[in-house]
Amino acid sequence: MVRTNDLILKTMTVLIAFILFGFAVNLFFAGHNEPGGGFIGGLMTAAAIVLMYMAYGEKVVNKVLPFNYRTLTAIGLIIAIATGVGSLLFGQPFLSQTFDYFHVPVFGEVELATALLFDLGVYLTVIGVTMTIVLTISSDR
Amino acid sequence: MSNLAVLPIVIPLIAGVLAILFHKKLKIVRVYSQVLTLINTGVVTYILFYVHQNGSVVLQAGDWMAPFGIVLVADMLSMTLVLTTNIVALACIFYAPKSLSIKQEEFYFYTFYFLLITGVSGAFITGDLFNLFVFFEVLLMASYGLIVLGGEKVQLRESMKYVLINLFSSMLFVTTIAFLYSVVGTVNMAQIAERVGEAEQTGILTTIGILFFFVFGTKAALFPLYYWLPKPYIAPNPVISALFGALLTKVGIYSLLRVFSLIFVYERDVTHELFIWIAALTLIFGSIGALSTNNIKLVVAYNIIPAVGFMLLGIGVYNSTGFSGTVYYLVHDMIIKAALFLLVGAITYLVGTSDLRKMRGLIHHYPLLGWMFFISAFVLAGIPPFSGFIGKLVLLQGAIEADRIVIAIIGLGSSLLILLSVLRIFIRGFWGEKDESIIPDRKAARGFILPVAFLLFFSVLLGVGAEWFYPSIESIGDYLMNPENYIESILKE
Repeated sequence: MVRTNDLILKTMTVLIAFILFGFAVNLFFAGHNEPGGGFIGGLMTAAAIVLMYMAYGEKVVNKVLPFNYRTLTAIGLIIAIATGVGSLLFGQPFLSQTFDYFHVPVFGEVELATALLFDLGVYLTVIGVTMTIVLTISSDR
Repeated sequence: MSNLAVLPIVIPLIAGVLAILFHKKLKIVRVYSQVLTLINTGVVTYILFYVHQNGSVVLQAGDWMAPFGIVLVADMLSMTLVLTTNIVALACIFYAPKSLSIKQEEFYFYTFYFLLITGVSGAFITGDLFNLFVFFEVLLMASYGLIVLGGEKVQLRESMKYVLINLFSSMLFVTTIAFLYSVVGTVNMAQIAERVGEAEQTGILTTIGILFFFVFGTKAALFPLYYWLPKPYIAPNPVISALFGALLTKVGIYSLLRVFSLIFVYERDVTHELFIWIAALTLIFGSIGALSTNNIKLVVAYNIIPAVGFMLLGIGVYNSTGFSGTVYYLVHDMIIKAALFLLVGAITYLVGTSDLRKMRGLIHHYPLLGWMFFISAFVLAGIPPFSGFIGKLVLLQGAIEADRIVIAIIGLGSSLLILLSVLRIFIRGFWGEKDESIIPDRKAARGFILPVAFLLFFSVLLGVGAEWFYPSIESIGDYLMNPENYIESILKE
């Protein structure tokens, strides 16, 4: 195979992947009051990672992001279940949620809900599953 | 205490997810799965006891009021079935290390197994139609994973059929829920039942009822919709076949039982009349299918179909006796189908073939296995004092109470054919001259015998101790005849 020089692709990927990650995080946090949430945020993050894989190849990205995506799926699921089971500890029905207002230095008054933790579980699971599918198919020879 | 209702779903779910993390460490994951299945069985037994003492437990997830949130309902019916599921699972998890190859075990078998249990328990417990769909998908996804586990050619071919037919019926399920939602405006089963009752089940609702029948009929393998079942069920490893044969079709039957005892009960000369005929055809064709083959695995797989026919018969006659018969038969059949699949799997493993023509005189090598097969054949066919007898007796009693003599006779006739089909295996495979070429592998046989003996113990207990169980089952029958109780326990107003 001829080694091509993908300078433009690689340079743009650095920029675009960065913006994609940012947008994914934005979508993830927007979920409560605006369109967005864990699922779409996770897919967007996975898209950014796939873009990096396409531009830089397996070896480089594996070094930059040394995740085992199956473990990531498991961790996401555990977080999601734990938010449901957590309410059992407080004597509340399964999957009850609560929220409170916190004062965060930069953002000021913020409403933080346990639904966000559940969303985090969904987010990680979606990344894990998508990346497992993509990488399993792509590394199949 | 209402959180009790979610434990049978959450425990296997957590167990399955944690099993991902150390799937290659076989020694640990085996013991871990066995211990967690034991714990889950213990918890479920406690919940059943609690429900028996204090009445059904209704959990409103997330503290949202009943018609608006998801409700999980642990009543006697669902908890009995969940306990039976766990007993079957317990036998299978101890059988699995002996029958699966190391590669299959390493490749997330235990995760799939736990997710299957999650899906089945969830489908039994949920009180919400869309949630039922979701749990159906959970158990189907896990079963897709299990059916191809190993990746042999025959598994790939059969799983293709299996996935296609199940995807299609799931699609129909969603469409039907959409129809029902557009008519009654809710997916909570209790509220649907209430609203269908107010509308006295006009034409469109009966149509939706029939659509539901087709959906669950495909999952449960009823007469015109059973063609997909036998071959995919024998393609995977015996322990997986046992889980499938014991659990999957029974979830379909349970859904039929719930939906047609709770929601669509006002146009019975259309819906329930149809059930009687379908049940008759299922009985006839299923038992003929069981006689048509020399493959012992296929014989057992075909025997699922007449059993499902029997249960549908109990729903069709629509009286308290019929319902109790269905519930009793459901419990009995889950246990005995698992036992039979495990036994046949053991025979196939020990002899090296599942072709009946190539085996004879096995009783000389494996006497215990042979007599266990004999007992389970009798249990299946319904010879007193075993559990199949009581189940069929109650069902036929229900049919006669409803003046359905023809179906009762068909049921009796098909029992004969079922007995013939399983005794053929015993007579041709176990009797006959000693085959000197077989070197008995007693150590392997012993490993197989224990889980099967465990299941047969329950099967015999269910038959001999029918006096102890029957009052509770009868009360479930009465409970199903009076859907108001269910509706009131959920929509407390």
